[in-house]
Amino acid sequence: MAEILTLAGAVSEVVRDGDTVALEGFTHLIPNAAGHELIRQGRRELTLVRMTPDLVCDQLIGMGAARKLVFSWGGNPGVGSLHRLRDAVEHGWPRPLELEEHSHAGMAAAYAAGAANLPFGMLRGYAGTDLASHTRVEWVTCPFTGERLAAVPALRPDVGIVHAQQADRQGNVQLWGISGVQKETVLASARSIVTVEELVDELELRPGGVVLPGWVIDAVAVVPGGARPSYAQGYYDRDNAFYVAWDEIGRDRDRFAEWMRLNVLEAADVVA
Amino acid sequence: MSYRPDEMMAVAASRRLADGMSCFVGIGLPSTAANLARRTHAPGCVLVYESGTIGAKPVHLPLSIGDGELAETADAVVSVPEIFGYWLQAGRIDVGFLGAAQIDRFGNLNSTVIGDYDSPRVRLPGAGGAPEIAASCGQTFVMLKQTPRTFVERLDFRTTVGFGDGPGSREELGFPGAGMTAVVTDHGVLEPDPASTELVLTTLHPGVSADEARAATGWELRVAHDVRTGEPPTDAELEALRSLRTIEEDVRV
Repeated sequence: MAEILTLAGAVSEVVRDGDTVALEGFTHLIPNAAGHELIRQGRRELTLVRMTPDLVCDQLIGMGAARKLVFSWGGNPGVGSLHRLRDAVEHGWPRPLELEEHSHAGMAAAYAAGAANLPFGMLRGYAGTDLASHTRVEWVTCPFTGERLAAVPALRPDVGIVHAQQADRQGNVQLWGISGVQKETVLASARSIVTVEELVDELELRPGGVVLPGWVIDAVAVVPGGARPSYAQGYYDRDNAFYVAWDEIGRDRDRFAEWMRLNVLEAADVVA
Repeated sequence: MSYRPDEMMAVAASRRLADGMSCFVGIGLPSTAANLARRTHAPGCVLVYESGTIGAKPVHLPLSIGDGELAETADAVVSVPEIFGYWLQAGRIDVGFLGAAQIDRFGNLNSTVIGDYDSPRVRLPGAGGAPEIAASCGQTFVMLKQTPRTFVERLDFRTTVGFGDGPGSREELGFPGAGMTAVVTDHGVLEPDPASTELVLTTLHPGVSADEARAATGWELRVAHDVRTGEPPTDAELEALRSLRTIEEDVRV
């Protein structure tokens, strides 16, 4: 059953050094505040799993919290590069970063397999690409048709972290709008944290809403604005200007360190 | 009206989208071209973004593939495993629209690294949705500025298969889609030769010569014997295109 904790309490209880930590949210509802808390608590040697490791992973990588990244598209959407990710891969700064990369379809299949407790996900993909020889993919033959298909090992993170709009007092969670792979992330992970915009007495079910019952979640933390500069539909918009500004902040090692000191290390995110 | 090369690219690509087509769009020029088509000759063009928004009708050009406006204006919003499984892989999308850092003569794309994979000179964002978009969409359009550094004899990394090693490759790999049917550049449009699947220059943009296109290509570019010059953007197309621009995009350009 989900415990309702502070963000600091949730991270300290659920995440350990060396864990494989999935942080998901496909452009929408990105758990940025939780990423900041991982940095503040000095978690080390993490394997980060994220389809689109944008600013949240750039920050964790730049602060040296990660030893490995599992991903499928590592850029700043519509802006360009993630400079901390590039610096780690191209120059080993602040430490080398091991990569395991997939296509979006491959990673989505791997999450879905993890959620279903199957050993692998299956898709028509990877064939003919150089990705196939640089990542964890094998081939299986359909026993019914003989078709050759790609098999990707199921993603089974130690911890899944997502952000949602609402939770009730029993820790049941609802998110709506673009729902990405958040449901699969929570169900595929051994432990999970959900940060939410607000706590409500009763969840009002939304068309297309995704509900995660409290009994599949370990900790719920109320963090208004916890997805910023990403957005939470119905609460606040994506701060596109900040994504553009991050290009300059992230480009320079010193400027990045100073921004992290002022905005993360010495400044707690808003915690209710 | 005078226009910029990237505007000619957006217009040339948008003209290839027919009304009612479903179109899987990446961010940047492909998204611009698809949105332009919807504002001009193809109002019924169905925009599908990998964030799971099907039938998005954004008023502004989105900066990311998951901007709130896409979800709010969509006919349906589905999960990421669903969009790639039930919609893309199932063969429900007519046209895929991709960019890349490098392309070769068979329309294969690199969006992973420049240089060696293990110690890259430039680490690019990676595959994203591209490999399966190119595999499963009915056909795929590519938009890419043409220079000897982007149109290369040999890719540093094959992220996405166009026609692979030539005739028969797609069939061998089990890809249902027709592959790269048009590559729209700032010089013109390349289309695959039906027999060899090699990209051939079939259209030049107004004011561009075949020699300039050859010089901008890192392999010996074949030019169609009946290569034609395309129509410049109309005033209506340019007005619609310019009304699409966003503040963020101006910062980027």
